[in-house]
Amino acid sequence: MIEIKDLHKSYKMGSNSLHVLKGINFSVKEGELVAIMGSSGSGKSTLLNILGMLDELDEGSYTLDGVPIKNLNETKAAQYRNKFLGFVFQSFNLINYKSAMENVALPLYYQKVGRKERQEKALKYLEQVGLKEWATHLPNELSGGQKQRVAIARAMAAEPKVLLADEPTGALDSKTSYEVMDLIQKINDQGNTILLVTHEPDIADMCKRIVHLKDGVIIEDKKVEQVRASQYV
Amino acid sequence: MFSRDNWKEIFETIQKNKLRTFLSGFTVALGILIFVVLFGFGNGLKNTFSKFFEDDAQNIITLFPGQTSKPYKGYKSGRRIEFDNSDLEDIKTNFPIFLEYITPRISRNGLVKYKNESNNYSTRAVAPSHQIAEKTIIMKGRYLNVKDIKEKSKTAVIGRLVEKDLFGAKNAMGKYIDIAGSAFKVIGVYQDEGGDDEERRIYIPYTTRQLIEKNTDKVDQIIVAFRPELGYAGALALDKGITEFIKNKKFINPNDQNGLYVRNVAEGLKNTQQMAFVLQMIVGFVAIGTIIAGIIGISNIMVFVVKERTKELGIRKALGATPKAVIGTILLESVFITTVFGFIGMIIGIAILNSMGDKLKDRFITDPYIDMPIAIGATILLIIFGAIAGYIPAKRAARIKPIVALRDE
Repeated sequence: MIEIKDLHKSYKMGSNSLHVLKGINFSVKEGELVAIMGSSGSGKSTLLNILGMLDELDEGSYTLDGVPIKNLNETKAAQYRNKFLGFVFQSFNLINYKSAMENVALPLYYQKVGRKERQEKALKYLEQVGLKEWATHLPNELSGGQKQRVAIARAMAAEPKVLLADEPTGALDSKTSYEVMDLIQKINDQGNTILLVTHEPDIADMCKRIVHLKDGVIIEDKKVEQVRASQYV
Repeated sequence: MFSRDNWKEIFETIQKNKLRTFLSGFTVALGILIFVVLFGFGNGLKNTFSKFFEDDAQNIITLFPGQTSKPYKGYKSGRRIEFDNSDLEDIKTNFPIFLEYITPRISRNGLVKYKNESNNYSTRAVAPSHQIAEKTIIMKGRYLNVKDIKEKSKTAVIGRLVEKDLFGAKNAMGKYIDIAGSAFKVIGVYQDEGGDDEERRIYIPYTTRQLIEKNTDKVDQIIVAFRPELGYAGALALDKGITEFIKNKKFINPNDQNGLYVRNVAEGLKNTQQMAFVLQMIVGFVAIGTIIAGIIGISNIMVFVVKERTKELGIRKALGATPKAVIGTILLESVFITTVFGFIGMIIGIAILNSMGDKLKDRFITDPYIDMPIAIGATILLIIFGAIAGYIPAKRAARIKPIVALRDE
């Protein structure tokens, strides 16, 4: 599903440049649930942003579902993001003047799905995350956990190939975190590929594979026995 | 780009961001409103100004006979010059391309009676076109016509105040009044904006007057109206041409200043036109200034709107919005708001102007108005510039990388 070869990325900070990713080789198969771990500054968020086409790579190659991701213009990148990827952010990033259902329906709007079908699908995904009765509420009427579940529903609504989550539990307490992880595991159980960035070991243990990043290189890549989140809920 | 779905999305955004909508809408509506009202007031000022000058027609040259002060071609000085009907015909045939119309005028003062009421009035014997020269407004009946002149009929058109003086509240139409011993039938009542004096006059056919005065063919004055399109220079040329022609015909020394007097309104017309032009310029300047202020206002708001929405646009881009979709969203929204509020402002402005009428006459503003094409044109101009003003920040916003936009707090 994801193929990365010899990936380099550096940021220019005034006159000197900061080499963030120094040759990453890494691949993800369909149906995997991968945690990318590392301390802050290890380059894990940069890696995720490149995977999400929110940022461009300097060197190396990136292939997503057999499509080489290279020199994309903004329009093409937007179309690929819409088709291939679903995003979940630490700060939820819901549009605050749109109801839960409208937020979930937004990626479908950019896929040019008709209005009625959009609403039906949005309701279906809200039901999956257990928030059907909150469909008409605005984000500021929801709790943090609920917001993140809406965000997950939104990411899933476009039926992406890969779900990318950047610290999805970073802004939540541990009980709510486990609820969100439970949801992510269930989505993974349905065969969806998920990558998530975290620095919490207990969250990482709930994935099937952990990739450890340090100073821009992978220092560890291991399969783990998945801890089910449902037992904590 | 213009599908129903897009509009739905835009309406929802507008509805849910009422403050933003109100701010930009208010700026546009106010800009157009002020433009329309100012422009209308400018026109009102022009109206008042024109009325000062335009009680009578502006394209008039009046010829007065005088007394010669120099001998010429065997004629002694001190000879009294007189005009007659042949002079009218000669001017008509010699200056056809310059002339709009020509009318003689014979003025007499005398007692006018109706039953027991009587008063002294000035009676002017004229041709039908005198109505245009004097800007006489008929209230009842009609003015003198060609048939009256031809048949030398005893018909009279009397001023509003003449009717009031002689007839009181009764209708003068069809009644006979006694003018210096002859009975004249009242065929019309007029009003004139020149004031009370001008409404205390009586007009009768000049041929009738000539018949009464022992069938003479003399006339007092000759009023010549030139085509307004001749302008100032044309009027002066005509003035000169007629003066030469009459002096030649009447054997007046070309250098004699007293044999013939000519009054040319063109001089006043030129001043009026110049003043009107200056007023137009001032109005135009103010109007352009208002529109520019409106454009700057809407530009500022668009920059603010895009700035405020940076994060939202980042989210949209992460979810798959193409740059075109981002620009389209912002642009359609701005054009929609400017259009709706622009026309609201325009309509309110026009309503204010229409309700004004004569209320500000004391402040020198009469019947303020704005031409529809100008009002609509200004509104469209603001919409176009609003769109351009929205396009520039929208394009920039569309180019921001989603990762940068998402970091924006």
